[in-house]
Amino acid sequence: MCKDCGCSITRDHSHEHDHHHDHSHDHSHEHDHSHAHGHSHHHDHGTVRSNPQLNDKKTLSVIHKILDKNDHEAAHNRAHFEAHNITAFNLMSSPGSGKTTLLEHLKEYTDLNYGVVEGDLETSRDADRLTAKGIPAFQIQTGSACHLDAFMVHDALHHVDLAPLDICFVENVGNLVCPASYDVGTHYNIVLVSVPEGDDKIEKYPVMFRKADLVLITKADLLQHFDFSVEEARAQVKRLNPEAEVITTSIKDGDSMRAVVEWLNSHRSV
Amino acid sequence: MHEYSIVTALLEQCEQHAIANQAGKITKVVIKIGVLSGVEPALLATAFETFKLEGRAREAELEILHQELVLECQACQSTHTIKERSVICPSCHSYETRIIEGEELLLMQLELETDE
Repeated sequence: MCKDCGCSITRDHSHEHDHHHDHSHDHSHEHDHSHAHGHSHHHDHGTVRSNPQLNDKKTLSVIHKILDKNDHEAAHNRAHFEAHNITAFNLMSSPGSGKTTLLEHLKEYTDLNYGVVEGDLETSRDADRLTAKGIPAFQIQTGSACHLDAFMVHDALHHVDLAPLDICFVENVGNLVCPASYDVGTHYNIVLVSVPEGDDKIEKYPVMFRKADLVLITKADLLQHFDFSVEEARAQVKRLNPEAEVITTSIKDGDSMRAVVEWLNSHRSV
Repeated sequence: MHEYSIVTALLEQCEQHAIANQAGKITKVVIKIGVLSGVEPALLATAFETFKLEGRAREAELEILHQELVLECQACQSTHTIKERSVICPSCHSYETRIIEGEELLLMQLELETDE
Protein backbone atom coordinates (compact mmCIF):
# COMPACT_ATOMS: atom_id res chain seq x y z
CA MET A 1 0.00 0.00 0.00
CA CYS A 2 1.17 3.46 -0.80
CA LYS A 3 1.30 5.03 2.63
CA ASP A 4 0.50 8.56 1.55
CA CYS A 5 -2.59 7.87 -0.43
CA GLY A 6 -3.57 4.24 0.06
CA CYS A 7 -3.19 3.24 -3.57
CA SER A 8 -2.03 -0.27 -4.33
CA ILE A 9 1.48 0.60 -5.49
CA THR A 10 4.11 0.60 -2.83
CA ARG A 11 6.72 3.26 -2.43
CA ASP A 12 8.07 2.37 0.98
CA HIS A 13 11.77 2.63 1.46
CA SER A 14 14.17 -0.16 2.48
CA HIS A 15 13.21 -3.59 1.12
CA GLU A 16 10.11 -2.54 -0.73
CA HIS A 17 12.27 0.06 -2.34
CA ASP A 18 14.53 -2.52 -3.95
CA HIS A 19 11.56 -4.39 -5.22
CA HIS A 20 10.27 -1.24 -6.76
CA HIS A 21 13.48 -0.73 -8.64
CA ASP A 22 13.39 -4.18 -10.11
CA HIS A 23 9.98 -3.33 -11.34
CA SER A 24 10.98 -0.20 -13.19
CA HIS A 25 13.93 -2.12 -14.48
CA ASP A 26 11.65 -4.46 -16.37
CA HIS A 27 9.11 -2.06 -17.71
CA SER A 28 10.40 1.43 -17.80
CA HIS A 29 12.30 2.76 -20.77
CA GLU A 30 14.18 4.97 -18.37
CA HIS A 31 16.18 2.02 -17.29
CA ASP A 32 19.48 3.80 -16.82
CA HIS A 33 17.74 6.44 -14.89
CA SER A 34 16.27 4.14 -12.27
CA HIS A 35 19.46 2.21 -12.04
CA ALA A 36 21.51 5.29 -11.31
CA HIS A 37 18.95 6.17 -8.71
CA GLY A 38 19.27 2.82 -6.97
CA HIS A 39 22.99 3.05 -7.12
CA SER A 40 23.08 6.44 -5.49
CA HIS A 41 21.41 5.00 -2.45
CA HIS A 42 24.52 3.06 -1.70
CA HIS A 43 26.22 6.38 -1.28
CA ASP A 44 23.49 7.68 0.92
CA HIS A 45 25.60 8.31 3.95
CA GLY A 46 28.67 8.86 1.88
CA THR A 47 32.30 8.44 2.71
CA VAL A 48 33.28 10.53 5.64
CA ARG A 49 36.77 11.93 5.83
CA SER A 50 37.85 13.85 8.85
CA ASN A 51 39.56 17.08 8.14
CA PRO A 52 42.91 16.93 9.96
CA GLN A 53 42.95 20.67 10.75
CA LEU A 54 39.47 20.89 12.18
CA ASN A 55 38.31 17.91 14.10
CA ASP A 56 34.66 18.80 14.15
CA LYS A 57 34.46 19.29 10.38
CA LYS A 58 33.89 16.57 7.90
CA THR A 59 33.52 16.30 4.18
CA LEU A 60 30.85 14.02 2.91
CA SER A 61 31.15 12.76 -0.64
CA VAL A 62 27.78 12.02 -2.05
CA ILE A 63 26.71 11.56 -5.62
CA HIS A 64 23.02 11.99 -5.45
CA LYS A 65 20.53 13.14 -8.08
CA ILE A 66 18.94 16.33 -6.81
CA LEU A 67 15.54 15.40 -8.20
CA ASP A 68 15.81 11.91 -6.76
CA LYS A 69 12.54 12.09 -4.84
CA ASN A 70 10.66 13.24 -7.89
CA ASP A 71 12.21 10.46 -9.98
CA HIS A 72 11.24 7.92 -7.38
CA GLU A 73 7.66 9.17 -7.40
CA ALA A 74 7.73 9.11 -11.22
CA ALA A 75 8.70 5.43 -11.19
CA HIS A 76 5.81 4.88 -8.80
CA ASN A 77 3.40 6.58 -11.23
CA ARG A 78 4.72 4.48 -14.13
CA ALA A 79 4.15 1.32 -12.13
CA HIS A 80 0.63 2.57 -11.38
CA PHE A 81 -0.07 3.03 -15.11
CA GLU A 82 1.45 -0.34 -15.93
CA ALA A 83 -0.72 -2.08 -13.34
CA HIS A 84 -3.67 -0.84 -15.43
CA ASN A 85 -2.04 -1.68 -18.79
CA ILE A 86 -1.91 1.98 -19.67
CA THR A 87 0.78 3.70 -21.72
CA ALA A 88 1.22 7.29 -20.64
CA PHE A 89 2.39 10.25 -22.72
CA ASN A 90 3.61 13.61 -21.44
CA LEU A 91 2.57 16.45 -23.78
CA MET A 92 4.78 19.51 -23.57
CA SER A 93 4.97 22.77 -25.54
CA SER A 94 4.62 26.53 -25.18
CA PRO A 95 1.16 27.81 -24.32
CA GLY A 96 -1.06 27.84 -27.38
CA SER A 97 0.76 25.26 -29.51
CA GLY A 98 -2.35 23.12 -29.72
CA LYS A 99 -2.01 20.45 -27.01
CA THR A 100 -5.65 20.57 -25.92
CA THR A 101 -6.90 20.97 -29.49
CA LEU A 102 -4.97 17.88 -30.52
CA LEU A 103 -6.49 15.90 -27.66
CA GLU A 104 -9.99 17.17 -28.51
CA HIS A 105 -9.73 15.97 -32.10
CA LEU A 106 -7.77 12.76 -31.65
CA LYS A 107 -10.98 11.02 -30.61
CA GLU A 108 -12.32 11.21 -34.17
CA TYR A 109 -9.41 9.07 -35.40
CA THR A 110 -8.97 6.37 -32.79
CA ASP A 111 -10.97 3.86 -30.78
CA LEU A 112 -8.38 3.91 -28.03
CA ASN A 113 -9.84 5.08 -24.74
CA TYR A 114 -7.80 7.92 -23.41
CA GLY A 115 -7.91 10.14 -20.38
CA VAL A 116 -6.08 13.37 -19.69
CA VAL A 117 -4.41 14.88 -16.65
CA GLU A 118 -4.34 18.63 -17.32
CA GLY A 119 -1.91 21.10 -15.84
CA ASP A 120 -2.47 24.84 -15.91
CA LEU A 121 -1.72 27.71 -13.56
CA GLU A 122 -5.36 28.74 -13.32
CA THR A 123 -8.84 27.68 -14.49
CA SER A 124 -10.20 24.28 -15.44
CA ARG A 125 -10.98 25.47 -18.95
CA ASP A 126 -8.90 22.80 -20.69
CA ALA A 127 -10.36 19.92 -18.70
CA ASP A 128 -13.84 21.36 -19.35
CA ARG A 129 -13.15 21.44 -23.10
CA LEU A 130 -12.15 17.78 -23.06
CA THR A 131 -14.97 16.69 -20.78
CA ALA A 132 -17.41 18.36 -23.17
CA LYS A 133 -16.10 16.02 -25.88
CA GLY A 134 -16.62 12.99 -23.65
CA ILE A 135 -12.93 12.62 -22.80
CA PRO A 136 -12.27 11.95 -19.10
CA ALA A 137 -10.04 14.75 -17.81
CA PHE A 138 -8.81 15.95 -14.46
CA GLN A 139 -7.44 19.44 -13.99
CA ILE A 140 -4.46 20.24 -11.79
CA GLN A 141 -4.22 23.94 -10.97
CA THR A 142 -0.61 24.60 -10.18
CA GLY A 143 -1.15 28.13 -8.85
CA SER A 144 2.13 29.68 -9.85
CA ALA A 145 4.20 26.55 -10.46
CA CYS A 146 5.60 26.50 -13.97
CA HIS A 147 5.66 22.74 -14.44
CA LEU A 148 4.02 19.53 -13.27
CA ASP A 149 6.04 17.19 -11.11
CA ALA A 150 5.52 13.51 -10.34
CA PHE A 151 3.81 14.28 -7.01
CA MET A 152 1.14 16.49 -8.61
CA VAL A 153 0.48 13.83 -11.26
CA HIS A 154 0.30 11.16 -8.57
CA ASP A 155 -2.40 13.08 -6.71
CA ALA A 156 -4.31 13.66 -9.92
CA LEU A 157 -4.25 9.95 -10.81
CA HIS A 158 -6.37 9.25 -7.76
CA HIS A 159 -9.14 11.30 -9.32
CA VAL A 160 -9.07 9.52 -12.67
CA ASP A 161 -10.77 6.18 -13.27
CA LEU A 162 -7.92 4.33 -14.95
CA ALA A 163 -9.74 1.02 -15.44
CA PRO A 164 -11.35 1.77 -18.84
CA LEU A 165 -8.30 3.58 -20.28
CA ASP A 166 -5.81 2.35 -22.87
CA ILE A 167 -3.67 5.46 -22.77
CA CYS A 168 -3.33 8.48 -20.55
CA PHE A 169 -2.01 11.87 -21.52
CA VAL A 170 -0.46 14.29 -19.09
CA GLU A 171 -0.89 17.73 -20.62
CA ASN A 172 1.86 19.71 -18.95
CA VAL A 173 1.85 23.42 -18.17
CA GLY A 174 2.51 25.40 -21.35
CA ASN A 175 6.23 26.14 -21.03
CA LEU A 176 9.24 25.07 -23.11
CA VAL A 177 11.70 25.26 -20.22
CA CYS A 178 10.76 23.95 -16.79
CA PRO A 179 8.70 20.84 -17.58
CA ALA A 180 11.75 19.37 -19.34
CA SER A 181 13.51 18.85 -16.00
CA TYR A 182 10.77 16.76 -14.41
CA ASP A 183 9.96 13.12 -15.05
CA VAL A 184 6.23 12.95 -14.30
CA GLY A 185 6.00 9.18 -14.62
CA THR A 186 4.82 8.84 -18.21
CA HIS A 187 6.43 6.47 -20.71
CA TYR A 188 7.04 8.88 -23.58
CA ASN A 189 7.41 12.60 -24.15
CA ILE A 190 5.62 14.35 -26.99
CA VAL A 191 6.76 17.91 -27.67
CA LEU A 192 4.70 20.22 -29.87
CA VAL A 193 5.92 23.24 -31.78
CA SER A 194 3.36 25.15 -33.83
CA VAL A 195 4.07 26.80 -37.17
CA PRO A 196 3.41 30.39 -35.91
CA GLU A 197 6.06 29.94 -33.19
CA GLY A 198 8.83 29.52 -35.76
CA ASP A 199 11.30 26.76 -36.59
CA ASP A 200 14.01 28.32 -34.39
CA LYS A 201 12.33 27.16 -31.17
CA ILE A 202 14.10 23.81 -31.31
CA GLU A 203 17.53 25.37 -31.27
CA LYS A 204 16.47 27.90 -28.62
CA TYR A 205 15.06 25.31 -26.22
CA PRO A 206 17.41 22.35 -26.70
CA VAL A 207 16.76 20.69 -23.34
CA MET A 208 13.07 20.29 -24.10
CA PHE A 209 13.55 18.92 -27.61
CA ARG A 210 16.27 16.61 -26.38
CA LYS A 211 13.64 14.98 -24.13
CA ALA A 212 11.18 14.35 -26.95
CA ASP A 213 10.36 10.91 -28.28
CA LEU A 214 8.01 12.53 -30.78
CA VAL A 215 8.01 16.11 -32.06
CA LEU A 216 4.75 17.34 -33.57
CA ILE A 217 4.86 20.35 -35.85
CA THR A 218 1.30 21.55 -35.35
CA LYS A 219 -0.95 23.98 -37.25
CA ALA A 220 0.67 22.86 -40.49
CA ASP A 221 -2.28 24.30 -42.40
CA LEU A 222 -0.68 27.69 -41.68
CA LEU A 223 2.64 26.83 -43.35
CA GLN A 224 1.81 28.92 -46.42
CA HIS A 225 1.49 32.04 -44.25
CA PHE A 226 4.68 31.71 -42.20
CA ASP A 227 8.39 31.34 -42.87
CA PHE A 228 8.53 28.05 -41.04
CA SER A 229 10.83 25.53 -42.69
CA VAL A 230 9.80 21.97 -41.85
CA GLU A 231 13.09 20.80 -43.29
CA GLU A 232 15.08 23.11 -40.98
CA ALA A 233 13.01 22.02 -37.98
CA ARG A 234 13.65 18.36 -38.77
CA ALA A 235 17.39 19.04 -39.18
CA GLN A 236 17.49 20.79 -35.78
CA VAL A 237 15.70 17.92 -34.07
CA LYS A 238 18.09 15.45 -35.67
CA ARG A 239 21.15 17.37 -34.45
CA LEU A 240 19.94 17.24 -30.86
CA ASN A 241 17.96 14.08 -30.71
CA PRO A 242 18.44 11.77 -33.71
CA GLU A 243 16.06 9.14 -32.39
CA ALA A 244 13.03 11.42 -32.09
CA GLU A 245 10.38 11.15 -34.76
CA VAL A 246 8.92 14.28 -36.31
CA ILE A 247 5.36 14.42 -37.64
CA THR A 248 3.80 17.47 -39.30
CA THR A 249 0.18 17.75 -38.23
CA SER A 250 -2.94 19.79 -38.63
CA ILE A 251 -6.31 18.99 -37.12
CA LYS A 252 -7.73 19.87 -40.53
CA ASP A 253 -5.72 17.11 -42.21
CA GLY A 254 -7.08 13.66 -41.35
CA ASP A 255 -4.05 11.84 -42.72
CA SER A 256 -1.72 13.69 -40.37
CA MET A 257 -3.99 12.89 -37.41
CA ARG A 258 -3.98 9.23 -38.42
CA ALA A 259 -0.16 9.36 -38.48
CA VAL A 260 -0.20 10.52 -34.86
CA VAL A 261 -2.60 7.70 -33.92
CA GLU A 262 -0.34 5.22 -35.68
CA TRP A 263 2.66 6.47 -33.69
CA LEU A 264 0.71 6.20 -30.43
CA ASN A 265 -0.38 2.66 -31.30
CA SER A 266 3.13 1.56 -32.17
CA HIS A 267 4.34 2.89 -28.81
CA ARG A 268 1.79 1.15 -26.69
CA SER A 269 4.46 -0.87 -24.96
CA VAL A 270 2.49 -2.14 -22.03
CA MET B 1 11.62 29.38 -12.62
CA HIS B 2 11.73 25.74 -11.62
CA GLU B 3 15.09 26.51 -9.98
CA TYR B 4 13.12 27.27 -6.78
CA SER B 5 11.66 23.77 -6.67
CA ILE B 6 15.07 22.29 -7.45
CA VAL B 7 16.68 24.20 -4.60
CA THR B 8 13.94 23.05 -2.24
CA ALA B 9 14.69 19.43 -3.19
CA LEU B 10 18.43 20.06 -2.83
CA LEU B 11 18.12 21.61 0.64
CA GLU B 12 15.86 18.77 1.76
CA GLN B 13 18.53 16.30 0.69
CA CYS B 14 21.30 18.26 2.44
CA GLU B 15 19.24 18.38 5.61
CA GLN B 16 18.78 14.60 5.54
CA HIS B 17 22.50 13.99 5.09
CA ALA B 18 23.24 16.36 7.98
CA ILE B 19 20.80 14.53 10.25
CA ALA B 20 22.21 11.12 9.27
CA ASN B 21 25.68 12.39 10.19
CA GLN B 22 24.68 14.18 13.41
CA ALA B 23 25.81 17.47 11.94
CA GLY B 24 24.31 20.67 13.26
CA LYS B 25 25.63 22.80 10.47
CA ILE B 26 26.31 22.51 6.76
CA THR B 27 29.16 24.77 5.71
CA LYS B 28 29.44 23.93 2.04
CA VAL B 29 27.32 22.33 -0.66
CA VAL B 30 28.91 21.24 -3.94
CA ILE B 31 26.64 20.49 -6.88
CA LYS B 32 27.22 19.63 -10.51
CA ILE B 33 25.04 21.13 -13.24
CA GLY B 34 25.19 19.91 -16.82
CA VAL B 35 24.80 22.46 -19.63
CA LEU B 36 21.83 20.45 -20.90
CA SER B 37 20.25 19.87 -17.51
CA GLY B 38 17.73 22.65 -18.09
CA VAL B 39 18.85 24.56 -15.03
CA GLU B 40 20.20 28.08 -15.03
CA PRO B 41 23.12 28.14 -12.54
CA ALA B 42 22.78 31.85 -11.68
CA LEU B 43 19.08 31.49 -10.86
CA LEU B 44 19.80 28.40 -8.84
CA ALA B 45 22.47 30.22 -6.85
CA THR B 46 20.06 33.09 -6.09
CA ALA B 47 17.36 30.64 -5.06
CA PHE B 48 19.83 28.83 -2.80
CA GLU B 49 20.76 32.06 -0.98
CA THR B 50 17.06 32.76 -0.36
CA PHE B 51 15.93 29.32 0.72
CA LYS B 52 18.92 28.16 2.74
CA LEU B 53 18.18 30.56 5.59
CA GLU B 54 15.79 28.31 7.46
CA GLY B 55 17.79 25.15 8.02
CA ARG B 56 21.17 23.70 8.85
CA ALA B 57 22.53 25.08 5.59
CA ARG B 58 21.82 28.72 6.53
CA GLU B 59 25.50 29.66 6.38
CA ALA B 60 26.48 27.22 3.67
CA GLU B 61 28.46 28.27 0.65
CA LEU B 62 27.24 26.85 -2.65
CA GLU B 63 29.82 25.69 -5.15
CA ILE B 64 28.57 24.91 -8.64
CA LEU B 65 30.61 22.69 -10.94
CA HIS B 66 29.61 23.38 -14.53
CA GLN B 67 29.64 20.31 -16.71
CA GLU B 68 30.12 20.67 -20.45
CA LEU B 69 28.56 18.27 -22.89
CA VAL B 70 30.61 15.08 -23.30
CA LEU B 71 29.78 12.73 -26.17
CA GLU B 72 30.87 9.18 -26.67
CA CYS B 73 30.70 8.05 -30.29
CA GLN B 74 29.65 4.44 -30.87
CA ALA B 75 30.84 4.56 -34.48
CA CYS B 76 34.45 5.73 -34.05
CA GLN B 77 34.79 5.07 -30.29
CA SER B 78 35.97 8.61 -29.60
CA THR B 79 34.97 10.87 -26.71
CA HIS B 80 34.57 14.61 -27.14
CA THR B 81 33.76 17.60 -25.00
CA ILE B 82 31.77 19.94 -27.22
CA LYS B 83 30.52 23.51 -27.02
CA GLU B 84 27.56 23.39 -29.40
CA ARG B 85 24.20 21.83 -28.58
CA SER B 86 24.44 18.86 -30.87
CA VAL B 87 24.98 15.16 -30.54
CA ILE B 88 26.78 14.74 -33.86
CA CYS B 89 30.27 13.27 -33.46
CA PRO B 90 32.79 16.00 -34.38
CA SER B 91 35.28 13.42 -35.73
CA CYS B 92 33.23 11.09 -37.88
CA HIS B 93 29.90 12.99 -38.04
CA SER B 94 27.97 9.97 -36.86
CA TYR B 95 24.63 10.35 -35.05
CA GLU B 96 25.32 7.20 -33.09
CA THR B 97 26.51 8.95 -29.99
CA ARG B 98 25.62 8.92 -26.36
CA ILE B 99 25.73 11.89 -23.99
CA ILE B 100 27.82 10.67 -21.10
CA GLU B 101 27.98 13.98 -19.25
CA GLY B 102 26.20 17.30 -19.50
CA GLU B 103 22.61 16.42 -18.61
CA GLU B 104 23.12 15.80 -14.90
CA LEU B 105 21.91 17.63 -11.84
CA LEU B 106 23.83 16.18 -8.91
CA LEU B 107 24.67 16.84 -5.32
CA MET B 108 28.37 15.96 -5.16
CA GLN B 109 29.75 16.88 -1.77
CA LEU B 110 28.84 18.36 1.58
CA GLU B 111 30.98 19.90 4.28
CA LEU B 112 29.49 19.39 7.70
CA GLU B 113 30.20 20.53 11.22
CA THR B 114 29.30 17.86 13.72
CA ASP B 115 27.61 18.45 17.04
CA GLU B 116 29.89 17.97 19.99
